[in-house]
Amino acid sequence: MVRDVSFGQYFPGKSPIHRLDPRAKILMFIAYIVIIFCTFNFVSLGITAAFTVLFLVCSQISFKFYLKSLKLIILIVVFTSVLNLFYGSGDPLWQWGIFKITQDGINRAIFVTVRIVCLILASSCLTFTTSPTELTDAIERLMKPLRVIRVPVHEIAMMMSLALRFVPTLLEETDKIMQAQKARGADMESGGFVKRVRALIPILIPLFVSAFRRAYDVATAMECRCYRGGAGRTRMKQIHLSARDFVAFAILAAVIGGVIVCNILLTASI
Amino acid sequence: MSFISIEDVYFSYGAEEDGQTAKNAVDGVTLQIEEGEFVAVIGHNGCGKSTLAKHLNAMLLPDSGKITVDGDDTADDAKTFEIREKVGLVLQNPDNQLVASIVEEDVAFGPENLGVEPAEIRRRVDEALRAVDMYEYREHAPYKLSGGQKQRVAIAGILAIQPRCIVLDEPTAMLDPVGREEVISTLQRLNREKKITVVLITHFMDEAVLADRVVVMDGGKILTQGTPQEVFSQVELLKRHRLDVPQSAELAYKLRGCGIGFERIPLTQGDCVTMLEEAMR
Repeated sequence: MVRDVSFGQYFPGKSPIHRLDPRAKILMFIAYIVIIFCTFNFVSLGITAAFTVLFLVCSQISFKFYLKSLKLIILIVVFTSVLNLFYGSGDPLWQWGIFKITQDGINRAIFVTVRIVCLILASSCLTFTTSPTELTDAIERLMKPLRVIRVPVHEIAMMMSLALRFVPTLLEETDKIMQAQKARGADMESGGFVKRVRALIPILIPLFVSAFRRAYDVATAMECRCYRGGAGRTRMKQIHLSARDFVAFAILAAVIGGVIVCNILLTASI
Repeated sequence: MSFISIEDVYFSYGAEEDGQTAKNAVDGVTLQIEEGEFVAVIGHNGCGKSTLAKHLNAMLLPDSGKITVDGDDTADDAKTFEIREKVGLVLQNPDNQLVASIVEEDVAFGPENLGVEPAEIRRRVDEALRAVDMYEYREHAPYKLSGGQKQRVAIAGILAIQPRCIVLDEPTAMLDPVGREEVISTLQRLNREKKITVVLITHFMDEAVLADRVVVMDGGKILTQGTPQEVFSQVELLKRHRLDVPQSAELAYKLRGCGIGFERIPLTQGDCVTMLEEAMR
């Protein structure tokens, strides 16, 4: 059950997206999120959706994995789009009691669905093509200016990469503890909500205890390998902006420009 | 002077809660380890062997006594990292030693901490992964590897620091027989081919047999030491301290009791079989 988490997984590869500077990827990801929520008519929505498909194809990762990452949020998508469907204003196309569907509602539902799907696909694309170390390294570098106001940037980045490293290990451990408690007669599948939440206590306590013990071990191992904080540390994988990154910036700039132009010239659909 | 020299070291983990005076985990140990040696330290759980291991790279400092590594005192704060660069420590649980999500990035962790140039780190990582036969797995996620593979990656992580000595604290305790075999043969190869000093802390007698020298600890003290042949010939002493001997040594010991003369104690199965054949003739 716990071993097929596809969110936050990294697939090594040599695609153009893999080889982009992780800093550039993070910055473009942020700009992209902003722009999908600034699409107000179907043409601009189409542009961003087409752009999403473009970088998914460029990442050379099987669509199977992207679909898997969507599976997790399908409920949220359905829920919000249904909600939006009934919240539109204007003349009803169809009405039943207090429920009415308007053209505006349909538009809203489409927009919200496409936006959320694009958002998830883009974030999956980021984590699929960027190793956690690259990601935290990039975050560390992007946040470097914050060191002036005494933000412990290196420590935050190190904590993030350790947390990402231990997600699968701790999930595996949770699985083991659950099985051990089941073998001792713990009942986790029946009873009301309160009873089920209570049943989690004998799983969480051993998990916490072991996580602390693990943390102590990891710290020892890190010290054994001469870890002494961020000062004087070098990195094996150097990141630097190359021509490729500027091409990517240019494409994204074109998309953003297109969306803005469409927003100005065409009438808004929502 | 020896590469690592331990002189009359005492160490205790602080006072126990119920007011009793704390027992010394290491109770007056004196030991010399020469460069290029393969030393096995054996003993029960709680005999002080792991505590001793942590002293060798300045993770713990002795309460009294002195440890020097290549002439540098481990108690000297300024030398701590220099010592850890020379003496690498591999721990028991392979899961808790791997700090990155990709094998090669984990191996790079040590040299990165030392501030080595990126191109040189790359070279060291590739070399270390090849040395433990894990090069094909360099882009894998550690949690998908088997126990023996993880432990070999952990060894590669230490090798990339280019230490002159590797200390391993029960590296095979959590592994299956296949994993154990992988790790031990890797260590033997490193010792023979790269002339790296190996200090193997273990409670498996079959592993200890492969060492140049065996040190037996009990209650924080060194009970006896010598070549595997010398140590495992003292079957009675080991039994008195409730320690195992390799099965073949045990068999020979019992047969001796029945009047069958072995001129020496066989240590491995093959050795035992040939000696039995001779005795039968």
